[in-house]
Amino acid sequence: MRSLLTSLGIIIGVSGVIVMSAIGEGSQELIKQEIDALGTNVIIVFPGAGRTGGVRHGAGSLNRFTFDDIEKIKREATLVKYVSPAVRSGGQIIAGENNWSCEVNGVSTDYFRIKNWPVEYGAHFTVHDVQTKRKVALLGKTVADKLFPDKDPTGEKIRIRNVPFTILGVLKEKGQIGMGQDQDDIVLAPSTTVLYRLKGGRYIDLINASARSADQLEEAEEEIRTILRESHRLDDGEDDDFTIQNQTEITEAVTETSKIMTLFLGTVASIALIVGGIGIMNIMLVSVTERTREIGIRLSVGARGSDILVQFLAEAVALSVTGGLFGILLSLAIVFGVNEFTEYSALIKIKMILISVVFSAAIGIIFGFFPARKAAGLNPIDALRHE
Amino acid sequence: MGNMVIETRRLTKSYQMGETIVHALRDVDFMVETEELIAVMGASGSGKSTLLNILGCLDKPSSGEYILEGKPVSELGKKEYAPFRNEKFGFVFQSFNLLPRTSALENVELPLVYDRAGRVGKPRRAAEEALRRVGLGDRMHHMPNQLSGGEQQRVAIARALVNNPAIILADEPTGNLDTSTSADVMTLFQELNRDGMTIIVVTHDPEIAECAKRIVLMRDGRIHGDNQVSA
Repeated sequence: MRSLLTSLGIIIGVSGVIVMSAIGEGSQELIKQEIDALGTNVIIVFPGAGRTGGVRHGAGSLNRFTFDDIEKIKREATLVKYVSPAVRSGGQIIAGENNWSCEVNGVSTDYFRIKNWPVEYGAHFTVHDVQTKRKVALLGKTVADKLFPDKDPTGEKIRIRNVPFTILGVLKEKGQIGMGQDQDDIVLAPSTTVLYRLKGGRYIDLINASARSADQLEEAEEEIRTILRESHRLDDGEDDDFTIQNQTEITEAVTETSKIMTLFLGTVASIALIVGGIGIMNIMLVSVTERTREIGIRLSVGARGSDILVQFLAEAVALSVTGGLFGILLSLAIVFGVNEFTEYSALIKIKMILISVVFSAAIGIIFGFFPARKAAGLNPIDALRHE
Repeated sequence: MGNMVIETRRLTKSYQMGETIVHALRDVDFMVETEELIAVMGASGSGKSTLLNILGCLDKPSSGEYILEGKPVSELGKKEYAPFRNEKFGFVFQSFNLLPRTSALENVELPLVYDRAGRVGKPRRAAEEALRRVGLGDRMHHMPNQLSGGEQQRVAIARALVNNPAIILADEPTGNLDTSTSADVMTLFQELNRDGMTIIVVTHDPEIAECAKRIVLMRDGRIHGDNQVSA
C-alpha cells in the first residue's frame, strides 16, 4: 500500500513525460501533414515592397509579376518542376437560390500538382481551358457544400460577380491550415479567366512553384530569384522587389513552436519525476529504519556492507521501475483516451518508453543510494539491538 | 586437549557514553580450544555480551589482541570482518532474530546466500539437513510466527550450524524460553558439542551453566573465575 503511494510520484512523472511527448510528437506529425497538404517542396514568391524615392511601401505594394515571368521560369529554371500563377479575386457567388462569398483564385493546371490537390467529383480544368480563358471553375469542398448541399454540382452553372461559370468539379477536402484558415473555402478557375474577365489589370499576385526535390529547394529558389531579377531589370545593387519563401522555412517555424511547447511540458513532467524520486528516497529511509533489525541479522550471518547496499538499491530500483511500468500503462490509457475522445492526436514512440524505463531505474539508483548506504554502514550490534 | 581456536591478550573495550567512559572489558585474557562447551556467566553489565560480540567479529576491541585460529583478527579492518562472521561463526541470540515473513528453510539458508566462497555446494540441501539435525524436519516451510519460541530458537541454531562454523556463539539463548524448552535447547547444544562443535553460551542462569563443561565468570569487565566442570 505504502509502496504504491510512493510509486505514485514516479507513476505520474513517467506517464506525464510519455503523454506530453506523445502529444508533442502527435501534434508535430499533424503539423507535418498539414504542411504536406500545402504541397510538395513548395516555393512561394510574394511581390515585394515598392519604393518611391526613399519611402518604402508595404509588402505587395509593388506588384509586377506577369504571365511572362511564369513562362520565363517555366522555360529557364531547370530545378523548378511546376510553376503556377495565382490571381486572387473574390466576390459573391450565386447558384440558384443559394449564394456564398469567398475567394476566387486564378491558377494554372500546374497548381493542382504543386498542391497535390485531386478532385472529389468531375475533373480539373485543362491547359486548353487556360489558354482560351474559358469560364469554368472548380469548387472547394466548403463552397460546394454551401451552394449545392448534398449533391454533385458538376456541370451546374454559377455566377461569380455576375459572370457565368460552368462547374467542372469539386476539389477534395484539404481541411484547415495551422491558423484555422479553411483551405476548402475557395473557388479555383483558370488564371487567365480570373485576370481578364473578373479582376482586370496585367499583374498576377503570387507565384507558386515546386522544386524537383526537397534538397534542391534552395537552389531552385535561387534560380527563380535570378530569373525574376533579370526580367524585372534590377541592377546588381538593388534589393529584390519580391520575397521568396519555401516550405522548409514554414515547416521550421511551426515545428519550432511546437518543440518549445513539448520542452516546456517535458520540464514540468521531469519535475514530477524528481519529486517522485524524493518520495522514493523518503520511503527507503523509513524502510531502513524499520528494518534495522533485519539488517543486523543479515550482517551477523556474514552479509557485507556491499551486500546490504545492493539489496536496498535493488529494492529502490524495483520500486521505481514498477512505478515506471505502471506509469507507462497509465500513459497508454491516457494516450488512447486522447486519440479516441479529443481532436488532438498523440503518438507514442517505443524510444520514449525505453527512455522512461531507464530513467525511472536511474531515479531508483540515484535516490536509493543514500538510504542504501545508510543501511550498509550500520553497526551490526546496534542494528541487532534496535527495537 | 584440542587445538586452540581463540586466544585474546589484554582485550579491552571502552565506550564513550556522554561524558563518562565505560570500560566494558578490561585486559581480558581468554582462550578457547576446540570441542569446548563454555558458559560465560556474570551480572548484567559485567561485559559478557561485549566479549561475545568481539569474539564473534560483530565488534572491534579498543585495544588488545584477538587471535582466531592463529590469525590476528584485531589487526583487520571492519570491512574484512564480514567473511569471518560468515565462515567462522554461528550466532544464536536471545530474541531468536529470524527474518519475519521468511520461511524457516530460507532463514537457515541465509548465511549461505552471503557465502561468496561457495563452500557449501547445495545451499537448499544443507539448510534442510541443518533443520533435520535440530529436529525441525517437518517444520521447514513454516513462517517464524507459526513456530513456538523453542522451535524458533532451534531454527536459529540450525542457521548457526548451516555454514559449518568453527564456533557457535549463543547470547542468552534461553532468555526468552520457559524452563523445559530451555533444557531442550541446552540438550541440543550438548549433542552438537558431543559431535565436535565448539560452543560458547552467555547466560546468567546457573542451571543453564551447569550443562557446560567449563564455566567462566565475569565481573566488571574482567574474568573473575574460570572452572572446568567435572562430569
